[in-house]
Amino acid sequence: MDERVGIIGVGWAGYRPLTPEVSYKELMYEAAVKAYADAGVDPRRDVDSFVTVAEDFIEGTSIFDEYVPDQIGGVLKPVHTIGGDGLHGLATGVMLILTGQAEIVVVEGHSKASNVLTLPHIVAYAQDPILNRPLGWHSSFIAGMEMNRYLFDTGTTIEECGSVVVKNRRNALRNPLAAYGADLDLEEALDGPPLAWPLGERMAAEHADGAIVVVLASAERAEALCEKPVWVLGVGWCNGAASLESREWTYPVYIEAAARQAYRQAGIRQPRLAIDFAEIDDTYAYKELQHMEALGLCRPGEAGALVEEGATEPEGELPVNVSGGSLGMGDLLDANGLARALEAVLQLRGEAGPRQLEEVEIGLVQSWRGVPTTSGAVAVLAN
Amino acid sequence: MGMRKVAVVGAGMTKFVRRAQETGKELAWQASRMALGSCELTLDDIEAICLGTAPDSFDGVHMKAEYLSDGAGGWGKPFMRSYVGGGTGVFAPIQGWYHVASGLFDVVLVVCEEKMSSYHPHAQGAFLTIFDHTTERALKPNLLWIFALEMNRYMQTYGISKEDIARVAVKNKRNAADHPCALLGDPDITIQDVLNSEVLAWPVNRLDVSPVSDGAVALVLAAEHVAKRVTDKPVWIQGVGWSLDTAYWANRDLAYPRYVEYAARMAYEMAGIKEPRKEIHIVEPYDPFDYKELHHLEGLLLADRGQAPRLTADGVTARDGDMPVCPSGGLLGVGNPIAAAGLMKVAELFWQLRGEASARQVPGQPKRGLAQAWGDLMQVGTVVILGINP
Repeated sequence: MDERVGIIGVGWAGYRPLTPEVSYKELMYEAAVKAYADAGVDPRRDVDSFVTVAEDFIEGTSIFDEYVPDQIGGVLKPVHTIGGDGLHGLATGVMLILTGQAEIVVVEGHSKASNVLTLPHIVAYAQDPILNRPLGWHSSFIAGMEMNRYLFDTGTTIEECGSVVVKNRRNALRNPLAAYGADLDLEEALDGPPLAWPLGERMAAEHADGAIVVVLASAERAEALCEKPVWVLGVGWCNGAASLESREWTYPVYIEAAARQAYRQAGIRQPRLAIDFAEIDDTYAYKELQHMEALGLCRPGEAGALVEEGATEPEGELPVNVSGGSLGMGDLLDANGLARALEAVLQLRGEAGPRQLEEVEIGLVQSWRGVPTTSGAVAVLAN
Repeated sequence: MGMRKVAVVGAGMTKFVRRAQETGKELAWQASRMALGSCELTLDDIEAICLGTAPDSFDGVHMKAEYLSDGAGGWGKPFMRSYVGGGTGVFAPIQGWYHVASGLFDVVLVVCEEKMSSYHPHAQGAFLTIFDHTTERALKPNLLWIFALEMNRYMQTYGISKEDIARVAVKNKRNAADHPCALLGDPDITIQDVLNSEVLAWPVNRLDVSPVSDGAVALVLAAEHVAKRVTDKPVWIQGVGWSLDTAYWANRDLAYPRYVEYAARMAYEMAGIKEPRKEIHIVEPYDPFDYKELHHLEGLLLADRGQAPRLTADGVTARDGDMPVCPSGGLLGVGNPIAAAGLMKVAELFWQLRGEASARQVPGQPKRGLAQAWGDLMQVGTVVILGINP
C-alpha cells in the first residue's frame, strides 16, 4: 500500500462463556469506551466513519445494523455493517482511510453467542438450502469430513491435531482474556467422544461472548495522536467455492489468495522469514494446520509436524496463537478476526503481559468464517 | 485532492417480478452477466466483488452472502457484503467506490440481489424481527404500521393531503410504463385509483406502497485509467454519503429525515455542490411509499420542508419537468426487491446520464444525478451522486 494506516487504539470486553449480567450493547460499549480512551479520541468529534461486523441470524434481529450506532457513539454519523469477519471490517476501515475521505475509522466486532439457544441449528442454516440442508448435517460433520480428507491427503495425524489443542489451551492460561485456558496432556486433548470422526470433542472451539473495538487512523493522524501506532502493512480477503460440492477440501486456496494479496501490499516475499508470530484461525484444531500451510508459513503437509516439534510454541521459531486462539480464548463468531488483531497489537506494543513475545516486529493475523464458508481474511501488522 | 476517481462503466438488471423462477444465485448471475456484457468485460477482469442484499430471513439462509457469492461472481476473489438495511442498494456502490478509490482495486463488480417471494406466507414477516426485542417486539409492530405513523406525522405537520401524496404514486407508476423491467407500470393510473385502493394501515393505502418483488441489478465500477479504456462514456461517482441515526426511532421527530440531510451534505461536500437545487438534474430518491419520495426530497435539501408535494403538483418533478424525480418509475413503479431496487436507481442515473434511457430519457442532456436510499428503522440515509464530469 502506498499510504499506511495505523491502529491507534484497541478496546475489549470479555471473553467469557456466559455474560448474563450484560447485554451485547453493554459489551460493545465497554470495548468502545476503552478503545477511544486508548486512542485518545472522542467518537462524536473525531471519528469519521464506523464499521461493524455482524450477522442477523446470530443476533436474532433482522437488519442488526439498526442497533449499532447508539452504544459506540455513531449516531448520525456514517456507520455501516459488513456481513463478514472482523478482519473484513478492518480491511473496510483501511479502504475508507485510503480513499482520503476519512481520517479516523472505528471497527467493531462482538459475540453474544450465549444468547443463542440453538446455535448449532442457526449455523446449519448457512448450508445450501436446496442441495445440502435437506440432508440434516451438523456443521461439525462437515468439519469432520474436511479434517478426514486433510489427514488422508497430507499424512497429518490425529495426534498432531491434538498437539494444537494442548498448545493453544495452555497458551490461554497466560491470557487473562481467554475463557478456556487448560493444562491438558495429549491424551486428554484427544479424549472424549468424537463430534464427527476424526474430529474430537476438544478439537473444536467452544463459544465465548465478547467485543473488540479497533481505532484506525491515516498515517498523518496516527503519528500525531499516538506514540506507538501499529501499522497495517497489508490486508487481503477472498472467497473460494460457495458450494460443498465444488470446493478443494484439503487446501484452503482462498486463504492462500487472501494472504497473497496482503503480502503483496506489505512487500513480503518470504512469509516464513518475515513474520515473527501468527494469530490464525483454529476454530477446529486441524484448521490451524491447514491455515499455516495456506499462509505460506510452511509447505503443505508440514504444519502438523512443526506443531508437534514445538516450533509454534511461544518460545519456538514461529509462535502461533500465543493468545490461545479460538480453542483457548473461545470462538467469538465474527469477532474472531478482531480478537486476533487485538492480540497482535498488544504483542507489537509490548503490552501482552506474561505472554509477551520478545523482539517482535511483524505479526500475521488471519480469520475464517466457519462451516460451510470458504471465506477468509488476512492482515499483516507491524510496529 | 489526489483522490482516485471512480466511474461506473457498465450496468445490468433483471426484470423485477413478483415470483422469480430463478434462485437468488441465478438472479445475481443474470444481472452480473449483463453488466459485464454491457462494457465488454469478463469476470476475469473483475478484481473484487461487492454484494448488497437485505435481511437473511428473506431466504432463510444464515450468512446469505456466502451462499450467494458464486452467483455474484465471488469465486476465488475478494468478496464482501455491506449492509445497511433498506439503504443497502445505494450503499453497495459506495462500497464499490471505496474499494476502487482506496487504490486496492481497479475494477470491481457491485451486485445487489433480492428474492423476497421465497418467504412464506409474506416477506413482511421478515420485518417482525427488526424491532427492539425488549421494548418493541412484544407489541408486534410491523413495517406498515410504523410507516403509517411516519406518513401521518408528515401529513399533520405540514397540512398535506392524501391526494398530494397519491400524486407521487401516479407519476411513478406512469413513468414505469416505459421501463422494460418494471413490475407495476401503468400509463392510465389515476389519483382516484390510489385513494380507492384498500387501506392497509391508515393513512397508507395499497397503492401508496411498492410491493415485495424479486430481482437483481449489477454495476461495473472502474478506476479512471481503466474506465477511459473501457468506454468513451464513463459516468463518474462524484460524491457519496451515508448517515445512521439512533435505533430509538420513537424518540425522533418523524416529520423530517435528518439522517438523509446528513448523508446528502456529506455527498454534496465531496462533489463540491453548493446549490443542490441548481446543480442536480435528475433525482432518484427512495420511494417504497409515495410519501417517502416527498420526505426524502426535503431531506436532500431539494425542496423546502413541507413543500415537496407542491413540486409534484406543479409538474416540476415530472420526467419533462425542471427537476425530474424517479424518471425510472422508482420502487412504486419498477418494483421493490429491496437492495436491488436501490441499485436500480443508480443504474437509472447511469443510463440517463449516458442518454441511453430510451423512452424514459429525460430531456435536456442532464449532467448530474443523485440517487438515495433509506432503511433500517427509518434511520439510515445513503446517497450517491453521479455525473458526466470526473
